[in-house]
Amino acid sequence: MNNSYDDVMKRKNEIMMKSVGIDYQKYEKDYINFDYEGLLNEGEFDLDLINKIQNENGVGKTPLKECKNITKLVRTVAKEGFGARIFIKDEALNDSGSFKARRASVSCYQAKKMGFKGVIAATSGNYGAAVASQAAKYGLKCIIVQECYDSLGIGQPEIIEKARACEAYGAEVVQLSVGPELFYKFLLLLEETGYFNASLYTPYGIMGIETLGQELVNDCLKLTGKLPDMVVCTNAGGGNLTGTARGIIKTTDKKIEVVGASVNLKGLHMADDKDFNKKSFTTGHTGFGFPFIMNPDRSDVPRSAARPLRYIDRYVTVNQGEVFFITEALSVLEGIERGPAGNTSLAAAFALAKELREDQIIIVQETEYTSAGKHHQAQLDFARENGISIYFGDPSEEIPGKSIVFPKSCDLIRVVDVDLDLIRKKYIQNQVVKSKTMTSFDVEFLVKETNTNKDFVLKELKKHQVKLEDNYEQ
Amino acid sequence: MIKKGSWVQIKKIILKPEQRPKTLPEATRKVPLTMWVKGYLNCEASLGDLVEITTVTGRKESGELVSINPYYNHSYGKFVPEILEIDRIVKRALFGSDKL
Repeated sequence: MNNSYDDVMKRKNEIMMKSVGIDYQKYEKDYINFDYEGLLNEGEFDLDLINKIQNENGVGKTPLKECKNITKLVRTVAKEGFGARIFIKDEALNDSGSFKARRASVSCYQAKKMGFKGVIAATSGNYGAAVASQAAKYGLKCIIVQECYDSLGIGQPEIIEKARACEAYGAEVVQLSVGPELFYKFLLLLEETGYFNASLYTPYGIMGIETLGQELVNDCLKLTGKLPDMVVCTNAGGGNLTGTARGIIKTTDKKIEVVGASVNLKGLHMADDKDFNKKSFTTGHTGFGFPFIMNPDRSDVPRSAARPLRYIDRYVTVNQGEVFFITEALSVLEGIERGPAGNTSLAAAFALAKELREDQIIIVQETEYTSAGKHHQAQLDFARENGISIYFGDPSEEIPGKSIVFPKSCDLIRVVDVDLDLIRKKYIQNQVVKSKTMTSFDVEFLVKETNTNKDFVLKELKKHQVKLEDNYEQ
Repeated sequence: MIKKGSWVQIKKIILKPEQRPKTLPEATRKVPLTMWVKGYLNCEASLGDLVEITTVTGRKESGELVSINPYYNHSYGKFVPEILEIDRIVKRALFGSDKL
């Protein structure tokens, strides 16, 4: 068999089909739309079954904790009567140290059930350790493929720590230098081993997080007698937000505002060998958040089950300096030492809490473990070694790759709103590339995908000169 | 010489610069896509040799032998004093300067 780059890429669909055991084709409809809910019902899991799978495997039922001192700190800078109560869902306490264990648990359960001998995941994040940990429980072999080093062999300390964690759980770690062709090696490995593709973007990878949405609603009710007003999710590939929001909707009829938060890494190219070690966040940032929300199907499966634009009510960015600052504050004010990437949503929540009244509740739906390499101390030192200047000032001055600016006072922790309508328009633009002809079902699909209305979608389609089929029903 | 069966790390070029997609940023396109993998050495060899290894999943990979008993040397990094200043800012805001 020819294993050249072009030949392997040509075999992509065939390899994928075998490695996830899902016939994506059966969900395809009309020109651009597909049966999303049908896909999310793949394997016929329900929340009860997922809870059972997770609870038997060291996942879920993490505590919801009120950050009383951080809330007090918000109130020192909020208008009188404002400053919502902030709670964190301490997901670092899942086996393997992050909410990603929820996603890995369903994938590994399914891989075992379908008779696969092992699992593979392409990830430089916490998901690798999560898959390795869950695979260990099921006696599955595990390979994690990581983008880890620049061309000089200098690794991101955060990613090296994640490699260590994967190896600690018995996985083989294949480490690569910077570049999107990681996907090529990933396909070769799937073909060579016949293992299950534990992609973050299969329905299993999303279903597993629905329990997080369910738990945070129930935990909040139990602790406070009320439902949360806002839930903040760190957003990268979109699965975290999608699964959490779906879980919330399945648990309560009350409209809870779902906010996505990403670290602003504007100007840093994700596939650039030189930029690679200039970022202080390897996940939860706009380098993933923006492209994936505008085009979810750019993932490693034919149709991504992570579709954040369907559920997101507001999307904000925060700067690296603000996230490091809040990570340290969580440690010294609450006595909870956690990793920075997982605190992206906490930094956003700090700013958002100022907009809500004192009797309202914000839930930050994750934390992640911290350690050598993944600690903010390690990452700040690495940044300094890479020539990034670190100082106190106004974080809005921060230039990713050049500076990390800590707020010199707490009132300077702010969020910047992303124009979601612009994102929605870009999303539609990406769909139009696939087909210039659409049916009424395609339009309906776009309405759901963008969480807008027919007028909004039709206006955009007109702009792109999309032809609506003759039988189109107004 | 390094004994057969030793735990080692190899390095291998997966794609040469000319085989990489033209769409990549220049800094990435001009360097090869490189892979590092760990496993058991299948034959006696020396550092720098082209060798074959067997990984923990039982796969065979070959490449340049770069390390024996590879270890982790990531750490908490050199001290970053600004972190202490963050503590002072948040504690002062919350408890007042006399409580520091």
